[in-house]
Amino acid sequence: MRTKDIALVALFAAIMVVLGFFPLIELPLVPAPFTSQTLGVMLAGSILGARRGGLAILLFVLLVLVGLPVLPGGRGGLGVILGPTGGFVLAYPVGAFVVGLLTERLWRRYNLGVALLCNAIGGALVLYAIGIPWMSVVSGMPLADAITGSVVFLPGDAIKVVIGSLAAVAVRRAYPLVEPRVEA
Amino acid sequence: MLSLYHDADTPVHALPAGAKLLVLFGAGTGLFFVRSIPGLAVALAAVVLCHPVARVPWRTAWRQARPVLPFTALIVAAQVVLTDWATAVLVGERILALVLLANLVTLTTRTSAMIAAVEAALRPLRPLGVRPERVGLLVALTIRFIPVIREQAEQVRAAQRARGVERSSAFLTPLLIKTLRLADGLGEALDARGFEAGERPHRTSR
Repeated sequence: MRTKDIALVALFAAIMVVLGFFPLIELPLVPAPFTSQTLGVMLAGSILGARRGGLAILLFVLLVLVGLPVLPGGRGGLGVILGPTGGFVLAYPVGAFVVGLLTERLWRRYNLGVALLCNAIGGALVLYAIGIPWMSVVSGMPLADAITGSVVFLPGDAIKVVIGSLAAVAVRRAYPLVEPRVEA
Repeated sequence: MLSLYHDADTPVHALPAGAKLLVLFGAGTGLFFVRSIPGLAVALAAVVLCHPVARVPWRTAWRQARPVLPFTALIVAAQVVLTDWATAVLVGERILALVLLANLVTLTTRTSAMIAAVEAALRPLRPLGVRPERVGLLVALTIRFIPVIREQAEQVRAAQRARGVERSSAFLTPLLIKTLRLADGLGEALDARGFEAGERPHRTSR
């Protein structure tokens, strides 16, 4: 990893923290403290690519683990991870990595539609795929009920996918950083 | 930024971070195999009793645990409806015991000790190209970036207000581009100090 990459990784970890603390953008329909951090997951993946984006969000999770209050509402520490919603936090780096991977593959014909696809898969579906079973295990709740309960996240996540994709497309035009990968 | 660490001189504080984390992960696995209400009650009581030993004030412990409570209550309620009382109590006890124990580790372990434990845990991955000694630098850089991003956000907002733009999507992009430029500049500055040569950058006072 080059020095520039180190700075970028730290930058996006910090953007995650800021998104949790100060609602930089207000989302309609979503309770404020819950908001923007998954947006950070999407931005890291779609602006930095798989490796750096995943590392940036992994670094953020590390900040949570070592006891810094970087989750919304000043939460942090190991208790959050072992709690019912901890799986979502652990899924963040995987989500960013998947967003990045898809973005790298589709970089040459990247547009708003592609961005929406990448962010919806990596920034929402992947998080559900890890976070919901985790919740089901920790809470002893049947998986089907955990899935039903998570429907409340859908409207907010849809809005975040749109905002993240708009920003990703604009940043790609002004400041492209992703190294494209040729499709296999 | 404040850490969640609560300073005191107790045997719990004195335990090495790695040992506390191992206990936590052991308990995290072990508690899932305890399927009796009294058994989990004993575990929960033991965790609660560790708090006075670690001289963690109840108010501090409460502030840490409070965010998890509404969600836990919701889950317990769901269990009562979906299964039976016994399962609901078991699940509630288990979540509380785990969360309180994890919080206790966080409250009694310095952030720097945690980072050192993480670096130690990553050391076996060195052959895969992982550089554990960079973890501390990355954490420090991240914490340094937080006020910088806020400042940039204020600037962008002020500039937009002056032009009468108030859309949030129009706010995120300039903020990202501004901070990306800053990160680039920082990377160059680190390189100029010979960082890439594999040495730690020259320490100066902040």
